[in-house]
Amino acid sequence: MQSLLAASSASVSFPVLTTIVVLPLIGAITLLVLPKNREGYFKEVAFLFAVATAGIATWVMLEFDKSSAADMQFVDSWTWIESLGISWSLGLDGISLWLVVLTVALFPLAIIAIEAEHTPKAYYAWLLVLEAGCLGVFLALDLFAFFVFFEIVLVPMYFLIGQWGHGERAYAATKFFVYTMFGSALMLVGILATAFLTAAETGNPVTFDLVTLAETQALATNTARWIFLSFAVAFAVKVPLFPVHTWLPDAHTNAPTAGSVILAGVMLKLGTYGFLRFGIYLFPEAAVFFAPALVALGTIGIIYGAIAATMQKDLKRLVAYSSVAHLGFIVIGTFALNTEGMSGGLLQMVNHGISTGALFLLVGWLYDRRHTREIAKLGGLQKPAPIFAAVFMVVMLSSIGVPGMNGFVGEFLALLGAFAAFRWWAIVAAAGVIIAALYLLWAYQRVFHGPVEGDNADMADLTWSEGAVILPFLIAIFFMGLYPKPVLERIEPAVDALISHVEANVDDFEEPEADVMPSVDLDHLNHGDDHGDDPDHEEEDH
Amino acid sequence: MFAQASLPVVRPEIVWEGLAPLMILGAGALLIVMFRSVVKQLPVAATGQAIPAVGAMTVVGMWAAHGLAGTEVAFAATRSDVGDGAYYVGLAVAMGLGAVSARSLRIGLDAALASAVGLVALAATFGLWNGRFGASGAFGALGDQYGIDGFALVITGVIAASVVLVSFLLDDYLRREGIDGVEMYVLMLFSAAGGVVMAGANDLIVLFLGLETLSIAVYVMAAMHSRRSESQEAGLKYFVLGAFASAFLLYGIALVYGATGSTNLIEIRFFLDAIVLIDNGLLMVGFAMLLVGLGFKVAAAPFHAWTPDVYQGAPTPVVAFMASVVKAAGFAAIVRVFMVTFGDYAADWQPAVYGLALLTLVVGSFMAIVQRDAKRMLAYSSISHAGFILVGVQAASPEGVNAVAFYAVAYTFLVIGSFGVLSLVSGQGDRSTSLDDLDGLSTRRPALAFALTIFLLAQAGVPLTSGFVAKFEVIGAAVEARSYWLALAAMVTAVVSAFLYLRIILSIYLGQAADDAPAIHVPRTAGVAIAIAVAVTIVFGVLPGELDSITREAIPQLVAAG
Repeated sequence: MQSLLAASSASVSFPVLTTIVVLPLIGAITLLVLPKNREGYFKEVAFLFAVATAGIATWVMLEFDKSSAADMQFVDSWTWIESLGISWSLGLDGISLWLVVLTVALFPLAIIAIEAEHTPKAYYAWLLVLEAGCLGVFLALDLFAFFVFFEIVLVPMYFLIGQWGHGERAYAATKFFVYTMFGSALMLVGILATAFLTAAETGNPVTFDLVTLAETQALATNTARWIFLSFAVAFAVKVPLFPVHTWLPDAHTNAPTAGSVILAGVMLKLGTYGFLRFGIYLFPEAAVFFAPALVALGTIGIIYGAIAATMQKDLKRLVAYSSVAHLGFIVIGTFALNTEGMSGGLLQMVNHGISTGALFLLVGWLYDRRHTREIAKLGGLQKPAPIFAAVFMVVMLSSIGVPGMNGFVGEFLALLGAFAAFRWWAIVAAAGVIIAALYLLWAYQRVFHGPVEGDNADMADLTWSEGAVILPFLIAIFFMGLYPKPVLERIEPAVDALISHVEANVDDFEEPEADVMPSVDLDHLNHGDDHGDDPDHEEEDH
Repeated sequence: MFAQASLPVVRPEIVWEGLAPLMILGAGALLIVMFRSVVKQLPVAATGQAIPAVGAMTVVGMWAAHGLAGTEVAFAATRSDVGDGAYYVGLAVAMGLGAVSARSLRIGLDAALASAVGLVALAATFGLWNGRFGASGAFGALGDQYGIDGFALVITGVIAASVVLVSFLLDDYLRREGIDGVEMYVLMLFSAAGGVVMAGANDLIVLFLGLETLSIAVYVMAAMHSRRSESQEAGLKYFVLGAFASAFLLYGIALVYGATGSTNLIEIRFFLDAIVLIDNGLLMVGFAMLLVGLGFKVAAAPFHAWTPDVYQGAPTPVVAFMASVVKAAGFAAIVRVFMVTFGDYAADWQPAVYGLALLTLVVGSFMAIVQRDAKRMLAYSSISHAGFILVGVQAASPEGVNAVAFYAVAYTFLVIGSFGVLSLVSGQGDRSTSLDDLDGLSTRRPALAFALTIFLLAQAGVPLTSGFVAKFEVIGAAVEARSYWLALAAMVTAVVSAFLYLRIILSIYLGQAADDAPAIHVPRTAGVAIAIAVAVTIVFGVLPGELDSITREAIPQLVAAG
């Protein structure tokens, strides 16, 4: 009986992942057909659909088979465009699992946290469309489907920033759209080149199936490098990596609070996830080849973002720049191409979603109360709003990466991995941790400490409902900080499988292991460091 | 001297069903103009019944055309399944529905007749697709002069569908502008018939005849708004430049004739297959001339200069017709002449088309962003779309033909929808077409704003719209043909164009409508046309498989009769 149950749950015929993607869309359509005069209901309906999606995703999380976390589970696959070998194919492994969980958790909170300023119907509908798009990106196993989702998320975010944003929202929304579309325009050529050239090399019919293409590895080294570059530009814009990050501060600052939360919490991960799932998996050799460059850009991003954050006058802009820095850690962890680095990077994707999501939420509430985000106009808020200040403190410390909280585990692992592969970049990157402490603590000090003056004295403290929204964030912060094992043990097999894929397909690549014994890893270290200009290696390629 | 006249005249073998869509459009135009010249004003007693009668007769006409053009009566399988009685009851019910829907459209008589002709032609096209073409493939319909193949049928279908939608747009427009009359519809049907000739022409002279029939009618249509000087100017400009381009085309035909000894595409192809020209200078100049003449029709840079002025000045529904039918027919000719007939010489004309495509994309996208007038913006954007289609032509491969056909279908609905919305927004006299006039459209007319947003996003190539799949196919064809840089350039200009579309969307959603902004009247016919365009855009975007499998069968061929 027991085994029968296990078997039935393993081979679910119900298209559960498709449901996860489609349910928010149904929610959006439901909102559109609801009569306009029932203003009060839109938020609740949207929340209900987001929670239902989260419920199904939770079931998936519990049913997820961690012993085969490296394999795609719950796969749905139907033919979409037959003549081009395109299928609607969704699946979940240890890499995508937590990003899906993060997404379904953040959306209901973002929906419930802050009221729409106007036209709630369209606002919540766009949020639900955005949720469907983000989930689609994390679940897609077909390059066409992936691109469709990757690109479609721009539309709801564009409207959210443009219609419900603040300040120079039109400028910010357009910049966001055009920047990201530029990146993905190049990626579209890359995707088509991957599919058509693989078909031409192998003589098989054209397919856009990720696993087939990645396992075939039919492309010539040089071609693969060019195509990887086209993917890398798209992901780099989305991450965003220095120097294509400039859309981010504008978009974040002018977006409505929920938009910022989702932008930071989920959408920036589309880029880093893309690197893992598509960049490295499809083009392992090119990933190894370009890893030093990407780690360098990541490190520059860490330092640049941190310094820029230090100098911001606007609290939200400060958090936005801190995102640039944090995403840098994820990139250097990912391109360390070892278990520690990649797991750390992946964990940090989730952590950043939690911490920065919560920070944006708090800044949003602060703005609602004070109608300014300028640090100079705030001060001494600790006195009128002690609980608010305490919560802000906790979230901020988690963002800095204080041990015992979530940020620490991910950052530590990412740096550990990077240290094994690119020692000097890792050392520079570690300095970013210190600057992070500097700018966040300094900002905290200026906003919450000191004498209270003027309107600041009357600021309301956290309400119960706000507390209820922020509580899940706090729980996650401590849970992941103190007991990350359940998360990590699902990530690691998937990451290991990816690394073995790289090792199997790149001739003289071995995982730069982060061993405690320095004598052991010196050998590997040289590999990682000198990879790009190793003359033997170059010769083999041509 | 005249003894030669006694040579036996060889009658071309005519396959009448192959000519059905063409004859329906041409004969429909003649019948309508005859009917309306006799019956200027309907008798009062008949006014209530005329429109439902047209609706019911349209259904019968479609049924008959589908049956006659196909090899069997329409829905023969259904007929044998349900029995004769139920079959005729079904037909009667369909007639009733046609009558009711025609009535509830509140359409005028002329527009009803014109769209009926379009629908019947469409049904005949489907009949051909399912009938003789589906059963035994391409065939020559009029000797060696005119052939029916998948590609010609797809373009014919596009043209017939455009006729229907543009009639819907014209109906209220003409009444609003006080230029009501049957002339516009008749000219449109003649022009469409010319387009259908171009789609299947297997001879350069036939192609030229089709092109002139198409063009001359459109010149007049552009100038039809007699009280607007811009319209007159547009008509004149289009005519003068168009005649100039026709001369180029004709000279190109002459040169190709000189080089190959025939104007018949089948014979040219045969000649080029069999003989390697040592000195092909004449042929090359002929290619260039043909490319100039056809490039003008599809508004490819540097032969695009007329487009913004003509699009801005001509009556907006006419612009929708120009951007859909004229472009589709032009590309049909380019595909047939260059990709098929001169296929052996692809290496010679590909660089020219490469340059043309690149220039068209760059001009179309960059010039568009400095415009202040929505109609001009869309005119430039239609230039950049022509560039995209040329990227597919440049591939010179089956994948490329498929991309061109898919793009033509998708773009037709997009552009008719976009200009349809603009024609409603621009108000009396087509005056309000500046970007500011779109300000706050989302609050003034949410549904119209939504439709325009869908069209603009689709033109920008946002996924889940037909515009995205079209771009995907074109770029796929280019990549498959190893034209990576052209593909990249096309995508980069697509991003530049996206900036333009976003500017319009920003006006729609963020702009504040002026207090004295005129109310926008949305007549039912135009609303239906726009709704159909939205539905097609989304359906072919989400589920492109069906259309893709059709355009994949749309292989242009040169088939001799017999």
